[in-house]
Amino acid sequence: RAKVVHLSRLSRVAVCGGTHGNELSGVYLVRELQKTEKPLEEEDELVSVLVVLSNPRAVQQCRRYTETDLNRCFTHATLNGPESDKTPYEITRSRELNSLLGPKGSPEAVDLICDLHNTTANMGLCLIAYSDHDWICLHIFRYLQANIPVRYIHFDFPPKEAYSLESVGKHGFAIEIGPQPHGVVRSNIYTTMKAGVQHVMDWVRFFNSGTIFEGGSVEVYTMVKNIDYPRDSETHSITAAIHPQLQDQDFCLLHPNDPLFQTFSGETLRYKGKEPLYPFFINECAYYEKGIALSLARRKCVKMPPIQVKTELEHQENEWEFASEEDE
Amino acid sequence: MEHVSLPALSRVAICGGTHGNELSGVWIVREMQKQQVEKVGSISITTVMSNPRAVEACKRYMETDLNRCFTDAILSAPVTDVTPYEVRRAHELNAQLGPKGSQEAMDLVCDLHNTTANMGLCVIFTTFNWISLHIYKYLKSVCVVPEFVSELFLLFSTAFEVGPQPNGVVRADIYNLMKEALDHLVDWVQEFNSGITFEGGEVEAYVFEKSIDYPRDPDTNELTAIIHPQLQDKDFILLKPGDPIFLSFSGETVKYEGKELYPFFVNECAYYEKHIAFHLAQKTILTIPSVSVEND
Repeated sequence: RAKVVHLSRLSRVAVCGGTHGNELSGVYLVRELQKTEKPLEEEDELVSVLVVLSNPRAVQQCRRYTETDLNRCFTHATLNGPESDKTPYEITRSRELNSLLGPKGSPEAVDLICDLHNTTANMGLCLIAYSDHDWICLHIFRYLQANIPVRYIHFDFPPKEAYSLESVGKHGFAIEIGPQPHGVVRSNIYTTMKAGVQHVMDWVRFFNSGTIFEGGSVEVYTMVKNIDYPRDSETHSITAAIHPQLQDQDFCLLHPNDPLFQTFSGETLRYKGKEPLYPFFINECAYYEKGIALSLARRKCVKMPPIQVKTELEHQENEWEFASEEDE
Repeated sequence: MEHVSLPALSRVAICGGTHGNELSGVWIVREMQKQQVEKVGSISITTVMSNPRAVEACKRYMETDLNRCFTDAILSAPVTDVTPYEVRRAHELNAQLGPKGSQEAMDLVCDLHNTTANMGLCVIFTTFNWISLHIYKYLKSVCVVPEFVSELFLLFSTAFEVGPQPNGVVRADIYNLMKEALDHLVDWVQEFNSGITFEGGEVEAYVFEKSIDYPRDPDTNELTAIIHPQLQDKDFILLKPGDPIFLSFSGETVKYEGKELYPFFVNECAYYEKHIAFHLAQKTILTIPSVSVEND
């Protein structure tokens, strides 16, 4: 029987919405959570929750961003770069968020960040994370799966290069739900996101109170590559749209020679890769400018050990370790 | 049965990008310009990118909604240095395609739009005109087309509205549907010009009656509720008193009060700022005469 892995309590959790100002489920959910936020005296013994509107200016204008994409500003390089009056709003903001929720990579960082997003792609509910062996993220995923249909997407980036908001916390993931047009709030999508966040918080409370979560295995989609639209060599404009047979088919295996694009003059262009892969972020509005028509992933099984929160003694031993490390 | 003779439709304009982020029309116009489509049989075709700056920025508009700038008041006021870009553009388009109400105006203008609402393909026009109604009747026989009369001020005699499609996204199925409708429109015009008589009869139209806004916080003006899941995507399905229309963020249902009407533009992205959650229309049966082209 696998040995139980003991992990630190998740004392501080941040729920962030409006990282992209036009992804409205998160914006409205954060607003709603801020309204019902308990006053400090009543605060949960088990966990303290920060509710954050990440990009208020973009939210106000109902745009993805004002100068640059906030959710690409959390690499170590960007967070620690020089400051001037020319620094774009979103970079200033990423540094503020890093102070509030981080600093990234330090012991002061919040334990868990849950960043709320929408996509125009037909992806349903997804957790997106940088690790395929962060047991907290994977156990949360498995718990969610028992309650709602959900998938786990893994972007294989080392922490320093991880560019999005959730990489600031000790653990973190994005909750991505689609399809929803940007600037629109759909009731079913909002309800799903609200339920998802509730389940995450329930899991955190169970975990902190000592529950053992059994080991097991889960399916994970690991991002392999992106495919751009075909473009005009001079103007760089797209010359085709996602093919009707691929549109909305996120996570349906794409085989070599399957239709990928339909040109505006009606021609079909096919997938030239050799390996069948799982497509996602198919026809995401914000990715036209990033040169991504769709992303492709491999699917694999990941085994997770049983986990339980560390005892008080184990937490204290940890603190002594930190202290003595600092002395050295 | 009444019969009407009308002048030939020899000059047709097709406009896309009136809203810069409604992409089917943008790409249809770009493709037509790439293929240098200028003449189809008896018809001379002018393709226009209505709001190029908004198209470039992939925004609905830069300063003000172009599609609200075609009133007589706005078009007759002089252009100055402080005139917003879209008003300037409206003047330019009016000169190029009109002037509105004059002899030099295009015979038919078709303006291409998308909506985030689940409206399928719609033909929209501002006044009852037999050409648009016959085009609609013809389209109905070849694809599924609900229709309504709008009280919006449009320069253009006919608009195609196709949804659902998110702003800033081009879906191949929506593009194909719009393109097919446009091809049928051109076919119809050619047949009309060639002397064919189109039989009259009855057509169904949805006539705009009123709009309903979202419930809002009186201080912040923010939405306190969103389109109810039972209304979402139910454009053109009869709404009865007592039917749910909104679901508040705290979980309460708001029910519709009023006479039985047909909702459309349900949850259109661009209408949040216009304080419209959905429009309501009466279904009307219109009787149209048969039409044929005038003999010179």
